[in-house]
Amino acid sequence: MSKIKPRGKVPKKASVDEIIEIKTLIRHPMHSGRMKDKNGKNIPKRIINKFLVKFNGKQVFGMDLEPSISTNPYIAFPFKAKETGTFDFEWTDDNGEKYSMSRKMTVS
Amino acid sequence: MKRQKMITISRRNAIYLMSGVATTVLFSKYAIAKPNLALQKIKEISRNSVEEIDLFLDVPEIAENGNQVKVSFDIESPMTEDDFVKTVYLFADGNPAPNVAKFSFSTDMGACAATTRMRLSKTQNVYLLAEYNNGKFAMTKSKVKVTIGGCGG
Repeated sequence: MSKIKPRGKVPKKASVDEIIEIKTLIRHPMHSGRMKDKNGKNIPKRIINKFLVKFNGKQVFGMDLEPSISTNPYIAFPFKAKETGTFDFEWTDDNGEKYSMSRKMTVS
Repeated sequence: MKRQKMITISRRNAIYLMSGVATTVLFSKYAIAKPNLALQKIKEISRNSVEEIDLFLDVPEIAENGNQVKVSFDIESPMTEDDFVKTVYLFADGNPAPNVAKFSFSTDMGACAATTRMRLSKTQNVYLLAEYNNGKFAMTKSKVKVTIGGCGG
């Protein structure tokens, strides 16, 4: 199985009050529990069920995912730049594992 | 004798019949509502006080591959402390489970929009339900034609 790898695109620089777009993608199979493998066996359910974004420690965006979300979940959302800081992204797997990533943004 | 028997039966049966009819009506109501689990969920969350307005929900009219259907929305809102969209729900009425996603917004975002990709098992309606901070709900729906379904199986 391919390794689970989060990726994100945050503009490095932004001006004050500019609405920027943040794009994230995590490589994850998102097994819905309904698919079958080559031998006709059911693949157990395993999805990313939660996605959280914090900016300077404060939660700004959250998403609860269900099996109806595609493989390699792509999530894009806006953010209003006000101050320089760090984004912390966190994905939670069904098996309890957490994948995180952080990105810096400079506001001038 | 025959006449009396008939009367007793009809009187008792009247009550049974009435309760029977009541139960059937009650259950048939659920039976009719069951296929559209998405609408049922919307009613449950919004406590039946939902207003259908034209929110911007961008889904393709025809999706060739049901495995990767891009869905995005943009709800007009000032996103200030007094007036902002708190939560946005996505539902699909033809999928094995109606829930698709739940987004939690905050005032730091400046706009209420998001993009993601979802699976659609067949041609169906996609619903968007928005919850405002003042407790109001608004919804919109859009039909997507799916050529190849994408829920496995």
